[in-house]
Amino acid sequence: MITLRYFASLRELLGHSTVQLDIFEPHTVLSVWKLVNPDFELPENVLTAVNMDYVLPSHVVKNGDEIAFFPPVTGG
Amino acid sequence: MTVKICDVAFEPFVEIQNFQHELALNGKFGATSIFIGTMRDFNEGDNVQAMTLEHYDGMTQKQLTKIIAAAKTQWQILDCLIVHRVGKILPNEPIVLVSVWSAHRNEAFEACRYLMEELKANAPFWKLEKLATSQTRWVLKNH
Repeated sequence: MITLRYFASLRELLGHSTVQLDIFEPHTVLSVWKLVNPDFELPENVLTAVNMDYVLPSHVVKNGDEIAFFPPVTGG
Repeated sequence: MTVKICDVAFEPFVEIQNFQHELALNGKFGATSIFIGTMRDFNEGDNVQAMTLEHYDGMTQKQLTKIIAAAKTQWQILDCLIVHRVGKILPNEPIVLVSVWSAHRNEAFEACRYLMEELKANAPFWKLEKLATSQTRWVLKNH
């Protein structure tokens, strides 16, 4: 099972914060997004992380991973 | 090296005093550099009455720890303290504190600036402003 998490404006846009699903074939961060959000292209400025480290959308994911999608950060 | 995420208001000078009191560095540090970020009551030409700071709990701490480790490879830092607020914040309340202790001023100044800039670029925080009109909006520009 993998867990997808959405934050801030992206969470509001999608209407939920977490999705969990089983994957049975190789997937990247981008292909998981497409699988879960078939009608919504990944916005260009969205940042992606796997297990709390920044990765590119081409990063290959595996069962047990936590994949996060979020808008540009604005802390400080 | 300490990272703290606070969901209530904090007093930066008390944090610094308490942290420094606990340091086993008496006689070792000659420089302390401090940056404090405080919430304004205006942004992008609008009056702001409050703000909610969201973060990705866990990733925030992980990224800040990595930033500190990177700073330690560049400068001889004796210690540092990062405190960041989350939750509902009002104007004039501190948002962030970055403080660095070192033997000499150059390391303290440069590492403090580096930590703050890297925090702004990489730490997963997001600001939701509540304007004086009660309208809310996500902050898009990271000045």
